[in-house]
Amino acid sequence: MADVLTDAMRKAEHEMVVCNACRYCEAYCPVFQAMEERVTFQPADLTYLANLCHNCGECLYACQYAPPHEFNIDVPRTLSRVRVESYETFAWPSFAAIAFRRPWDAILVAFVAGGLTLAPVARAFMARATSQSADFYAVIPHDVMVTLFGVVGLFVVTAIAIGHRRFAGNACDEDPRASHKGSRYRRLGSRQAARDVLTLKHLHATGEDCVDAEEQRRPWRRWLHHCTFYGFALCFASTTAAAIYHVVFGWIAPYAYTSVPVVLGTAGGLGLVVGPAGLLVLDLHRDAALTDASERSLGFAFLTMLLLTSVTGLLLLVLRGGPYMPALLVVHLAIVLALFVTFPYGKFVHGIYRGAALLKFRREESTPNETT
Amino acid sequence: MHTAPTDVLTDAYPEDEFMADLLRVTGGATDQTLARMMIRASADLPRRMNRFGVRFQPSIRGTLHLGRTNAFFLGGGKALMNSAYAAAERSDVRIVYEADVVGLCIRDGRFESAELKTPHGTEAITARTVVLAAGGFESNLEWLAEIWGDAANNFIVRGTPYNTGTVLRLMLDAGAEPVGDPSQCHAVAIDARAPKFDGGIVTRLDSVPLGIVVNKHGDRFYDEGEDYWPKRYAIWGRLVAQQPDQIAYSIVDSKAIGRFMPSVFPPIVANSIRELASTLGVPAGTLAATIERFNAAVRPGTFDHQTLDDCRTEGLIPNKTHWAQRLDTPPFHAYPLRPGITFTYLGVRVDERARVVLKGGLAENIFAAGEIMAGNILGRGYVAGVGMTIGTVFGEIAGRESRDTAIRQARHG
Repeated sequence: MADVLTDAMRKAEHEMVVCNACRYCEAYCPVFQAMEERVTFQPADLTYLANLCHNCGECLYACQYAPPHEFNIDVPRTLSRVRVESYETFAWPSFAAIAFRRPWDAILVAFVAGGLTLAPVARAFMARATSQSADFYAVIPHDVMVTLFGVVGLFVVTAIAIGHRRFAGNACDEDPRASHKGSRYRRLGSRQAARDVLTLKHLHATGEDCVDAEEQRRPWRRWLHHCTFYGFALCFASTTAAAIYHVVFGWIAPYAYTSVPVVLGTAGGLGLVVGPAGLLVLDLHRDAALTDASERSLGFAFLTMLLLTSVTGLLLLVLRGGPYMPALLVVHLAIVLALFVTFPYGKFVHGIYRGAALLKFRREESTPNETT
Repeated sequence: MHTAPTDVLTDAYPEDEFMADLLRVTGGATDQTLARMMIRASADLPRRMNRFGVRFQPSIRGTLHLGRTNAFFLGGGKALMNSAYAAAERSDVRIVYEADVVGLCIRDGRFESAELKTPHGTEAITARTVVLAAGGFESNLEWLAEIWGDAANNFIVRGTPYNTGTVLRLMLDAGAEPVGDPSQCHAVAIDARAPKFDGGIVTRLDSVPLGIVVNKHGDRFYDEGEDYWPKRYAIWGRLVAQQPDQIAYSIVDSKAIGRFMPSVFPPIVANSIRELASTLGVPAGTLAATIERFNAAVRPGTFDHQTLDDCRTEGLIPNKTHWAQRLDTPPFHAYPLRPGITFTYLGVRVDERARVVLKGGLAENIFAAGEIMAGNILGRGYVAGVGMTIGTVFGEIAGRESRDTAIRQARHG
């Protein structure tokens, strides 16, 4: 799979060899602890280490071998390049990997396709509608929505699952030590990894916040990521609640402002405004030496789409009784479709691979290497 | 020192043990009053440094198994300096980068001004007091050549190229009392392929005790297994410096691979001794004979690189007293070695308030901290981390005393 040695991998290998002879960064994060368990760095190792890196940035400023030193060590940026390459390598179907190089084009194509699908449906049904109301299903019928998003959802889940499988089969191959140790270690590792993911433990190296520039440690990146992550989770919960309302109770939307779906969706939507907007501002001002340009642009595209989703969603909530509702609904749904379709081909996958890498790290950690 | 485990240190490192270590390595070349002051002040150092944003690694892990006696900076020396500079900037301290002190105006034992050379020209800075913290002269190749002759050309400087000793020489010329062995430096054997300056920690090599070391003629010259490597690596700098062309080669066979810390430069690999000799440019006949003699002299024993084992040679000059195993399993790996200079010992004498001692008496407003005065405590030898401790403790003292002196002078006009 990722056995092709790219320039970034060659640089990462050189850097890991230097880091492994120095080891002053070992207390910063799992990347260096996992590195110390290795003597050589194959592409699979580098892919694993790259996806373990949270890009907190501490190690760049601490490094005496960072540019202008001739060793030219910039671990955060090099690993961010290797990371994006791994996203491309594991993408399914493989030809879609092009989207990682042209994130805006991919989004635009998906958005236009979504719009072209939804707009005619909306026009056809609106022609039959008798009166203005806040009923979204009068614009796009429930069945159409369920079918469209069901198919897209299924595809997205499949693509991500295959990508994850490829990644796990390559960088995170089942650790033979873990398998014969039984399930106790695996459960322990899973629990710790889940906590690492949900708390973003390693976005604040050794109890402090990650850096945006030399000696500039701030908590915002972690908190804004929490807003984004949990905002997204709340929106998902809102949709699920609405589906239960509809299917189980037969309650038909629109729901009251005080209903569970609207409360969850509003809270989540606000999180998805604050989080992505804040992260966009932070990333624009963050030291460019910390991240490869390809990962930066993936981040910008993803954050913009999340922001557009939440802003149009909240607008829709406010304006749902007004004359612009149908147009707004089509735009919102087309944005959501574009967001969903590009999940497997954009920044979204960082969460999947990071989670898998953290799981591997915790399992390695809880099964001490007995051979050395 | 510390009397009980802390968040960054295990167990205890009592004052007397620290003092005994210092007396042992310096052979008595230490000012015991200053040394004891430094040891006592070191007890609470991590906490005091924390206030300036300096962070330490947790005590469990760490290089060289020094968790009891040494606290390690999180991120290393550059992270330490970043924190210190950031703290200074928060206090509105003006920092002039790319500036050389090229002259000191000292009249009647009093500092009056310093002359700075910057990319924008020269500038004279007057001040009520001055703290000299300009290091030793280990990156001044001409000065090193005055002591070591042409051999100095083959030295590698492990640290910054800016330790030129300019300020040290200015002070000695102005009548400061010298301290520390002027002809010695701390040097370790490092990979010869390291950059001339600033190669730092990664250029070290830990393979020496696991094999043999030969010079450019293919001859062994010292007991590679005398003691644990962390206790011996500091003498190998001088050993290699005394060899022709200041070059040596550490040679191990495949049995040793994986038993020492990975090194930054790849090994020179060969499947036979002759092939290895030709790659290294060492006479093949001599090298083969050296290894043959060595292999024949190896006595049977139980190899254990974690202890001072009973694997040794007999009848060789010099013998290898531990970890001696036949070099008989290709591929053979070799690493070239050169002396890597860490620091120099020569400095200026100071009193308990870090004031510089001039030949005519104490300088009232000249203070010194760091390597420029470390020779007061470390006249020769080395204890891990002692340079950092001296620098920090005397940095505090010099800063405090210089501030108080300046305030007093301002009050009295």
